[in-house]
Parts: sequence; C-alpha cells; structure tokens
Amino acid sequence: MFRNVAELISLTEELELPISEVMIRQEMEVYDKTREQIMEQMEKNLLVMEEAIDRGLKGVKSHSGLTGGDAVLIQKYIAEKESLSGTLLLDAVSKAVATNEVNAAMGTICATPTAGSAGCVPGALFAVKNKLNPTREEMVRFLFTSGAFGFVVANNAFISGAQGGCQAEVGSAAAMASAAVVEMAGGTPKQSAEAFAITLKNMLGLVCDPVAGLVEVPCVKRNAAGVSNAIVSADMALAGVTSRIPCDEVIGAMYRIGKTMPSALRETAEGGLAATPTGKALANKIYGIPVEKE
Amino acid sequence: MKYKSVFDIMGPIMIGPSSSHTAGAAKIGKAARTLFGKEPNWIEIFLYGSFAKTYRGHGTDVALVGGILDFNTDDQRIPDSLEIAESKGIKINFHQDEAAVEHPNTVRIKLGDGNDQLELVGISIGGGKVEITELNGFELHLSGNHPAILVMHNDRFGAIASVAQILAKHEINIGRMEVSRKDIGKEAIMIIELDENIDSYIERELERAENILQIAKIVD
Repeated sequence: MFRNVAELISLTEELELPISEVMIRQEMEVYDKTREQIMEQMEKNLLVMEEAIDRGLKGVKSHSGLTGGDAVLIQKYIAEKESLSGTLLLDAVSKAVATNEVNAAMGTICATPTAGSAGCVPGALFAVKNKLNPTREEMVRFLFTSGAFGFVVANNAFISGAQGGCQAEVGSAAAMASAAVVEMAGGTPKQSAEAFAITLKNMLGLVCDPVAGLVEVPCVKRNAAGVSNAIVSADMALAGVTSRIPCDEVIGAMYRIGKTMPSALRETAEGGLAATPTGKALANKIYGIPVEKE
Repeated sequence: MKYKSVFDIMGPIMIGPSSSHTAGAAKIGKAARTLFGKEPNWIEIFLYGSFAKTYRGHGTDVALVGGILDFNTDDQRIPDSLEIAESKGIKINFHQDEAAVEHPNTVRIKLGDGNDQLELVGISIGGGKVEITELNGFELHLSGNHPAILVMHNDRFGAIASVAQILAKHEINIGRMEVSRKDIGKEAIMIIELDENIDSYIERELERAENILQIAKIVD
C-alpha cells in the first residue's frame, strides 16, 4: 500500500504502470475483489457525475435561492460570444458549477473527495473529454488517478473543510483533477505529481467560510476556481514545468496550515465571507431572524 | 491509515449538500438505528462544534433523522425525513451544545422506545467517513466500514476467549478487536470487526455462551 506520493510514483516506475492501474491493483488486493467489480463500482460514480452535470446544465435552484442557474449562463456565453479564457476552460467551469449547483439543491452527486468540492473532478473530466476523446474505460481510469492522490491527502492531512479549511476540500479536489488530466493527456506519472503539487500550492491557505453555513456561497464558485487552476496547472506540468517544493511536502504544508487555522474559518460560518454584513444579512433572511433582534 | 479504499475518496454517491454534514450524518444516524435494531419513538440529538453551528444549512438534521429511519446516503427521501418521522409519530428534539469537543463534527444521539434506549457519539471525519466513538457510555472506535459485531458481556475471565473460539470454529476471521469496560468486574463490551457477515445461527450461539449478555450486528 502506498503511503505518500513519492511511493506511488516509484511504484508506477518500478512496475511501468500508470497511476490509475496501481490504484486499481491496490484496491483489488486490499478488498479481494475482481477488476470487473471495481471498474463497475467506479463506473457508477461516473454515471452519477454525468447525470449531475446534465441536470445542472438544464438549470437548478437551491432551497435558499442563493445559488443556481450560473452553469446555464456560462454555457450560453460560450455558445453566443467569443470568450477570453477559451472554450475548454469555461466548459470545465460551467460543468463544475453545474455539479455544485445540483449539490446545493440537495440533488444526487458523487463526493470527490467531498460534496462541497464535488465539481472539480467531473468538471475537468467532462471538459477535457471533448478534446481528448477518451474511451469510457479511460474516463473511469481518470477517477482512479484522482482517487490515488486523494487517498494520499486523506491519509496524511485532511479533506474536510471543518478540519482543514477549503484548501483541504477544493484544494485537494482541484489537485486530484489536475493529476488525472495529465495522465489522460498522455503525461508521465511524475508530471501528474507536478501538476498536483502546483495546483495545491496555489490553493494553500484557502479558508472555509460558507455564508449561513450553506454549501453554496462561496463553495460553488470556489469549484470554478479549482477546476480552472487544475487545467492550467496540468498544462504547465505537461509543458515541463516542475514544482520546486515536492508534492508530499506541499501536502504537509497544507496540513500544518489547516492545523493553525482558527475554528471561525473552518466551516463554522463564523468568519470570512460568512461574517461580512451581507453574509450575515443573508443568513438572517434565510433563517427568518428579524434584523432588529440581531 | 484511516482511509483504505479509493471509494472512501471517490464517493459516496449521496444527496447533497455536504459529505461530512449530510452523508456522514446519515451514516451516523443509520449506525444508531442498526445498533438499536428497531425504529425508536423518541430521538434526542445533541450537536457540537461545526455540526452545532451549521446543521440547518447542511441538512445535518434531516440526514441524521433519515439515517435513523434506515435511509442510505443516496436515498431521495432524506430531504423529507423530518416530515416522515413526524407522520410516524416519532418525537424529535435538537440541542446545540456549546461544550468543547475534540472533533469539530460531533453528534450525540439518544433514542429509544417504551422498553429500550441507546446513546451513542459519532464523529464525521470527512468525505462521508464516520466513526462511532462512544456507545452507551463505553468508549470505542468503530468505523462502520467492515461488518462488525458488538458483544455486551460480563467482565469475567474466559468471556473473550469463548467468543473467539466460536468464531474460529465457524472459520470467521477477526480483522480488529477492541474491549472496553465501565469498571473491573462490571458490564463490558467487545467490538469485533470481521471479514464477513455472520449468520444468525452463529449469533445465537454466541448469545448462549457464558457471561455473554447481548449481541448486536452491524452491517455496512
């Protein structure tokens, strides 16, 4: 069983296998399951991701009314205007947003690694899909590669906003997606690790400050930022750019930053954007608290 | 290592919006239901830390109650669980507790019916993964990721050996085991994680062993 990214990469080099295959074989061994069983289970996750994106792109609205409909706006913009950041990147953003809008509306999603960060991995996958034309099996493999990196983060740091802030959730999710994009685009396992490190480095310190405690503001747009970061970092790694700080040390830094983050910035809705005048007013409105009683 | 499967990271498939506050909460509720073994008619829920501050926004309340109603994390009825419980005549109270806790997402559930009651503490550690840390006053570490049995027994010599012997006879392997007691010679509990589920005849055989008081089976 690999314990960190260095061990994962050396396994891929020793066995001459992609990261996804190392993850699949470990899962088969630990749980004594067949390849078919494991691929089938991951295929179910892929299907849920696809359905969530479809639903979000048709337009949803959350119960609070804070989020919903932005994925539709972005798709419309791609179709009608000449975007500045490019179709693939904006397509990824719209699909990440779609997923998290469905999540906020209490729809069915696949947590990757968490629900609040569920947009990054599918957003990247279903946007890159249009460019790279992968087989269904390659798409399932994308999820195993993401999972392999998430597995290391979860065991060496944390993946929940309550423990480590948004850097632990969207930061991890974006970095996982970035590593998987590299593998699908034909990069080496080492380049996947570089992409992961670059992405996570750029999300360090991000706090978890949900307005009214809802997984909506700023969570939906943080997934947009996460997926953009993931794709740009993947391109950088594929271009040969490397991270000066090794992957495992970046994960260690994320852990220590999370440990020193005050509780007000870890999913308690007491700090950051949740504590702004508008954030507080929205919370009061949603929970029906009259302003004068504040 | 806390996370052993790639599906702890990629998954669960769930009803939004939060893996720790919704899916994790549903799993803790379901663990309480499984341990109680039947539908309760009253539920008292004490929320701590981030759970206490944000439970309404994350649907932690509907998820906990959904779990207690035996719903899975992807059950579409979760958003309506409070109404469903009310229609069944189940009395529910939520309490936001200010007490400092070790883990930010902690909940204490007390539930029961006219005859029995149960109290447990669960924590949601991220990505929908949970641990049960206390059951009826006993400290424990139950992940809910493997089939497990809980054995209430008298704290006497030979009680543990007799349980291990019965499992060995039926060729059932023990993956992890933990023993906790309230005091020397008093009531004690064994938590045994197994590689497979046990049949009910083995359960009955265990129950008949000396100094064994009660068996509860937990299946994920």
